[in-house]
Amino acid sequence: MKKEPIIALAGNPNSGKTTLFNALTGARQHVGNYPGVTVEKKEGIYTTDGTRIRIVDLPGTYSLTAYSLEEVVTRDFLVNERPDLVIDIVDASNLERNLYLTIQFLELGIPLCIALNMMDVAKGRGIAIDAQKLSSLLGVPVVPTVARIGRGKRELMETAEKAASTEGTPPLRISYGDDLDRAIVEMEKEILQHQFLTQIYPARWIALKYLENDEQILIKGEGENPEVSKRIQKVVQKVSDHLMATTGSYPEAIIADQRYGYIYSIIKQGVLTQRPDQHRLYHSDKIDKVLTHRVLGPLIMFLIFFGLYHLTFNYSKMPVSWMECLFEWIGNAASASLPEGMLKSLIVSGIIDGVGGVLTFVPLIMMMFFGIAILEDSGYLARMAFMLDRVFSIFGLHGSSVMAYIISGGIAGGCAVPGVMATRTLRSPKERLATLLTAPFMNCGAKLPIFALLIAAFFKENEALFMFSLTLVSWIGALLVAKLLRVTVIRGEPTPFVMELPPYRFPIFKGLLIHTWERTWQYIKKAGTVILAISILLWAMMSFPRPPVSEKNAIRNELKPAARSGAVQMENPQARKENADAEVALRHSVAGRIGTALERISRLAGFDWRINIALIGGFAAKEVVVSTLGTAYSLGEKIDAERSGPLSEKLSQSAGWRPLTALSLLIFTMFYAPCFITVICIAREAGSWKWGAFSMIFNTALAFILAVALFQIGSLLGY
Amino acid sequence: MRRIPMRQMKDNQCGTIAAIKANGELGRRIRDMGLVPGMPIKVQGRAPLYDPVALRVLNFTVALRNKEADFIEVEVE
Repeated sequence: MKKEPIIALAGNPNSGKTTLFNALTGARQHVGNYPGVTVEKKEGIYTTDGTRIRIVDLPGTYSLTAYSLEEVVTRDFLVNERPDLVIDIVDASNLERNLYLTIQFLELGIPLCIALNMMDVAKGRGIAIDAQKLSSLLGVPVVPTVARIGRGKRELMETAEKAASTEGTPPLRISYGDDLDRAIVEMEKEILQHQFLTQIYPARWIALKYLENDEQILIKGEGENPEVSKRIQKVVQKVSDHLMATTGSYPEAIIADQRYGYIYSIIKQGVLTQRPDQHRLYHSDKIDKVLTHRVLGPLIMFLIFFGLYHLTFNYSKMPVSWMECLFEWIGNAASASLPEGMLKSLIVSGIIDGVGGVLTFVPLIMMMFFGIAILEDSGYLARMAFMLDRVFSIFGLHGSSVMAYIISGGIAGGCAVPGVMATRTLRSPKERLATLLTAPFMNCGAKLPIFALLIAAFFKENEALFMFSLTLVSWIGALLVAKLLRVTVIRGEPTPFVMELPPYRFPIFKGLLIHTWERTWQYIKKAGTVILAISILLWAMMSFPRPPVSEKNAIRNELKPAARSGAVQMENPQARKENADAEVALRHSVAGRIGTALERISRLAGFDWRINIALIGGFAAKEVVVSTLGTAYSLGEKIDAERSGPLSEKLSQSAGWRPLTALSLLIFTMFYAPCFITVICIAREAGSWKWGAFSMIFNTALAFILAVALFQIGSLLGY
Repeated sequence: MRRIPMRQMKDNQCGTIAAIKANGELGRRIRDMGLVPGMPIKVQGRAPLYDPVALRVLNFTVALRNKEADFIEVEVE
């Protein structure tokens, strides 16, 4: 049986590529990553009359240089996987710029078929395109489509199937002017004579890439044959010098000019006719007059942030609580049916609580991705980046970074997991990395109970002011750390902003759903694997080794005065005994021992072993800090993060605690290692575990330095 | 007709690109967006903090930072 043919979809961002992909494949999609990079790889199956065609959605690109990951991925896929055909989606309302990529595909000599998309938009703008003429001039089939409503889909695929089975055309040869043409011929001769990379690329294309100073090809060439590579570079050097002297321009600039020149020569042959109303304002421009207005713009943006926030965190409350009930029910069912002992503890406290804790976030994450998908597909996200870039670029970030910050808890209460995942909309690699490493500093919903507990215990008078200050501190911290990272470990020139502001479009509901689901599913898949393993590990650390009975009594006696000193007395002696046992067991466990061992250093920040254990527990999920403190202070395991009244009273009266301790702990909690779910997301999104480890170590060190500085200076000042 | 750096253009002012002095990634990105010598452009507006600047090129809008616009010279009336 013949292997099913592969057709790749390529084209500019915002050309309707993904819409066409969704229309062709429906929901039968598979999302993965290209090997070694974080660029999404989407595949689906198109079936018609019994034939199955594999469709690959390549990332949207404007060009085929080696500057962005998307472009390298696209190029590598085309030359390595050799799809049977590439459908180049061309936005008919922006023909000139879209053909710039088409020309590069043709120069690469890959079998091509053009989908002339958004014919309706073009028509609305008074643009008429002669598809027949374009097809005959370029020598490839051209099919007009409107992907949004599925028009032209069938004709496109019929044409594509036919084109895929015919012989491809030889690579396109454009004239780049006398000087360059002569140099290219000279290089081609050299390339062909030594079969230099010719099994992968056309000879003329290699010569062009050398002229463009293409990093990837230069490295490949160096590896293939350093001698030939050097000779080619010599030709490049000669012609570059000559061009610099005569025209004051670089070869790559001239190549781009000539490509556009070639495009115009085609278009002017009657391919495109446009009503002469160049300066007419499009609908999109009118909307922009309001949405990016000097005063109204930021105001509306704030409202939209607030709306997104509201949608995500309020409307997901109900489904999240259903999920909580579901897992509580499963937990109870498991408790009731399993015999008392370690196995039960493992299943209930380790697995069900751990995985359940992650899965209960699913509705929230779905809502958030849905909201972002709307902003993204409508074109508003690009405007947010446009309006905020001035501020964020100061700190080495990008205007789009704001999204990740807000979702992570920039307004207080959010979650770093979807926040880190939201950095996917950022196309500048360095800015993206700096953003996803600093987003966890925001005050996520899980840190809030800790803040609430400490503020209620020590700073009751200024509650609102304190909360606001904490939000401010987290923003300042995140931005300053981003700046620090951008001048040290993620050093480098800012990635150019140059960005298209796509016309506003009404999002397609089906597209939004597919978008939302595929991202949510990636999150769910994680819960089943890595998160399960780490949940079990953390459970084991807090449960083993178990204290022997004699020691239990000894420690209990030793702890008695401390336990009694609290003002809160337990009514029930049985409960008091159980709680004391839990405290003893916790202290004896690996986590407890680590906490105790760390006491010597953590004293510098004012933390005793109890706080240390709580902070270790907080690595599982930040709200665990509160419940672990409860256990460590013998208040029982069931300290509700929302109602921590007794604990806060107890802390405020406990000998080891003063307002400065609380302040130090507040700062530490804000900045120390993100919870492990976030760490996993960071590792995934950054493409390496190195960055996951970095965020744990660096953040904890930073938090510790800040807490110690605060505590020591505060102590010196007599607080 | 006079040549000015793009940064000095006012809102809604029209012009024709005369030269692009950027090389490397920035130059490439600018050219990928259709910003090549001879291309007519119009300043569509600026962000609330006056940076970046939004340009109308052909039938689409492209935004770039003022720092990046410094590499582009424009001929204006």
